[in-house]
Amino acid sequence: IFFFYSIHLLHTADNAGQFFSSGHTNNWAVLVCTSRFWFNYRHVANTLSVYRSVKRLGIPDSHIVLMLADDMACNHRNPKPATVFSHKNMELNVYGDDVEVDYRGYEVTVENFLRVLTGRLPPSTPRSKRLLSDDRSNILIYLTGHGGNGFLKFQDSEEISNVELADAFEQMWQKRRYNELLFIIDTCQGASMYERFYSPNLMALASSQVGEDSLSHQPDLAIGVHLMDRYTFYLLEFLEDIHPASKTNMNDLFKVCPKSQCVSTPGHRTDLFLRDPGSVLITDFFGSVRKVEITMETINLTDPIKQVEQRKYSYVDQLPVSEIIHQKPKQKDWHPPDGFILGLWTLILLVFFKLYGMKHLKHIF
Amino acid sequence: PSLYLGSISFIIGLSSPGNPKDDFQEELVIRPLHSGDIYASFQFRTVWETDFMRGNKVSHYRLFPKSLGQVISKFSVRELHISFTQGYWRTMQWGQPFQPSPPGAELWVWFQDSVTDVDGTWKELTNVLSGIFCASLNFIDSTNTVQPSASFKPLGIGNETDHRFLRYATLPREIVCTENLTPWKKLLPCGSKAGLAVLLKSEKLFHSSFHSQAVHIRPVCQDWQCKTTSWELRQTLNVVFDLHNSAQGKREWSLFKMFSRTLTEACPLASSSKIYIDITDNPQGEQFEVSPATPLLSQAVVLGDRRTFSVYDLTQQITFGTVRSLNLLIRWKSSEGDMLRPLLHAERYVAGYGLQTGEIHTLMYNNHPYRSFPVLLLDSVPWYLRLYIHTLTVTSKGKDNKPSYIHYQPSKDRLRPHLLEMLVQLPPNSVTEVTVQFERALLKWTEYTPDPNHGFYVGSSVISSLVPSIVAMDTNSTRERPLFSSFFPCKEESSYFVRVYTEPLLVNLPTPDFSMPYNVICLTCTVVAVGYGSLYNLLTRSFQIEEPSPGLAKRIANIIRKMRGVPPL
Repeated sequence: IFFFYSIHLLHTADNAGQFFSSGHTNNWAVLVCTSRFWFNYRHVANTLSVYRSVKRLGIPDSHIVLMLADDMACNHRNPKPATVFSHKNMELNVYGDDVEVDYRGYEVTVENFLRVLTGRLPPSTPRSKRLLSDDRSNILIYLTGHGGNGFLKFQDSEEISNVELADAFEQMWQKRRYNELLFIIDTCQGASMYERFYSPNLMALASSQVGEDSLSHQPDLAIGVHLMDRYTFYLLEFLEDIHPASKTNMNDLFKVCPKSQCVSTPGHRTDLFLRDPGSVLITDFFGSVRKVEITMETINLTDPIKQVEQRKYSYVDQLPVSEIIHQKPKQKDWHPPDGFILGLWTLILLVFFKLYGMKHLKHIF
Repeated sequence: PSLYLGSISFIIGLSSPGNPKDDFQEELVIRPLHSGDIYASFQFRTVWETDFMRGNKVSHYRLFPKSLGQVISKFSVRELHISFTQGYWRTMQWGQPFQPSPPGAELWVWFQDSVTDVDGTWKELTNVLSGIFCASLNFIDSTNTVQPSASFKPLGIGNETDHRFLRYATLPREIVCTENLTPWKKLLPCGSKAGLAVLLKSEKLFHSSFHSQAVHIRPVCQDWQCKTTSWELRQTLNVVFDLHNSAQGKREWSLFKMFSRTLTEACPLASSSKIYIDITDNPQGEQFEVSPATPLLSQAVVLGDRRTFSVYDLTQQITFGTVRSLNLLIRWKSSEGDMLRPLLHAERYVAGYGLQTGEIHTLMYNNHPYRSFPVLLLDSVPWYLRLYIHTLTVTSKGKDNKPSYIHYQPSKDRLRPHLLEMLVQLPPNSVTEVTVQFERALLKWTEYTPDPNHGFYVGSSVISSLVPSIVAMDTNSTRERPLFSSFFPCKEESSYFVRVYTEPLLVNLPTPDFSMPYNVICLTCTVVAVGYGSLYNLLTRSFQIEEPSPGLAKRIANIIRKMRGVPPL
């Protein structure tokens, strides 16, 4: 019996060891769409399809910061309101019924994005808009939009450069805001955005190399715009096969969308990552680990003390016309007292008559 | 064993009489409109006999949502009204709504008199609400907040009305979509899983002519003696479905057609769950037919008129019939009959041409044949439209109509907007026109939005009025009434309070060409490079004479001559 018990102990210790082997205890995701206007529908669909996969694999809304620069679902040009489709013929509605967008419209700016990453937000920012990660968090960052060699365009009015992004990640590393970070970018010349990274434990994927354009997948004639970009379309198809307990690793993710399907060459960068990509599970970044503590303590609930008021209340008059008419406006500006002007003129007249003689006085009075 | 004891103490704590009572009611009112469209209004009301103020630490939440309870106690809120609307309410075609709301987002809050820094608390409150409702309410700051001096009196009970504690702001550009509906639904006790809230499907709700969802929190009387107060939370959702979009042109409406769902049960936590269908225009059933038929009828005085309703009580099992699901069907038979003309409605538009000046015209229509009544007009115009108040004119029937009260607060550039409040008496059967001229300001180039050619929005004007009523209004505020008739408190029988919102305005400001800095830099650099470069070359270039390199044969001959020691060719 002792023999079997020791084997059982070893087995559970092994499982427990595997549970903590990746070193992270919670998962976060920051998903950003940086493009505005109706013809950039595909960028919003890209971000929402990654949001949908990440939610399906277990990361809760409180751990996802979703930034959409424009509203496509309730846009007046959308023939089917409250929907965003990723496949033509309206097969898959990635907007869904249970979506929470944290930054939307004009709030998606380079400044807000960098503040979310580094944690330097004003004190009154609500929790759902903060990235409250710690040194045991695995973070997934997904960016999509229009980009170029070394920059990503935000809302057609500003850009973020690869140097700024690399510095932001270094700030996160210095403040111990991540354990491991996976960075995915789907823009034209996306590989230029991860060229300048220099912090440890960063893995990056891009949809195209420098000098290449990322192409869109297919238009839908009923909606009138392209629905998805190629790289994210095949990424979504790949992620649809992943479930929370699957054991696929990063090497399979690097093979998503080869040149024959994507036309551009996807790239990846793993030199800053400490573990071997073959041992990193997809669910380490796309799924979620939640620590649950069971406590046996009891909590005593006390009865609230009820105060008895003797005042009598009543409803307020909604339009008290007589009160309003007799309301005196408060005088905030200072006016000189009434006698001041008179006194001033008297002084001027006296000085005048003193200087030029009193004989003019009889002409006035 | 300790867990067992813990659960026992928890159950004892729940059933003790010291716990404040809370109550939840839900109702849906369906009003077929004369044009063939249909108006559905949901109301979910939670009343809780607790006291958030005076340092009482409330920690056990049951039906009342915890996020809102914490907001009330942390920011010392006395009343909170927030609404998100998509579309504009067409008063002339649809009548008056049960709860009016302007397009975009609107937030007005009365704070308790214990708050010392109202502006700071207002800023923090807007940030917290933007996180709760997933909306960009953090864009509410001093440039679009006003402090009305006479409008927006508290809708809850209370004796003091010092307008220093009131703040009002609108965001006309705010978009409403599923991401705002999702947290709104999560505030309901049953969520969207049981009761009337299962009908709230976003794909149908946003494919409509008008959609408005709102949250109203206020203190109410607990009983007819009104010695203690309870907190009331009302969540309202008004939606107007279009005949051609949702019903394919056929004048036949059903719950399934409107919401793509049918009802199977009431919310188990609700004390009352009812559906009211307005059949006032259909006394003998000649206009439209409602099925399944119901014996319950109810009459209520709402919006100055006595209306008759068919009532479906979802807490009774017989409402669902043998199929265990309720799908109401309203089939129109004839399309005659007039709609009651609304007594008050308003319009607003911008006149003028060019990008320098313009004129705002607000028209208020009084359609009562012989009675005149006062209206309070509240206008909040952003600072970049510089109003010339000396050009303000108020005319009715061609003659000048002097307002009995004017409150004007001028704007400060980049700090606060214009605030204009006027109390105008509208003569019977007339149009009153308020005009004011303005000049457009040129903004700094960083103040433009990423899409400045769309234009800039000016929030709706608010017109509050006591309109004379056709039937006697019910002033007894504590009798059991359907929720839709007890929203606005009623103090006298001869008139009822109504609030009308005008359209928001979209004005174009003079917009610079944002590509010009890039163009100027390119052009200047090119000119400087070409000009300076040419000048430099002319001044510093020197010319030397150089022999052309000899051909191959000559080069070989030169090599041979060099070897011989003879001078080259």
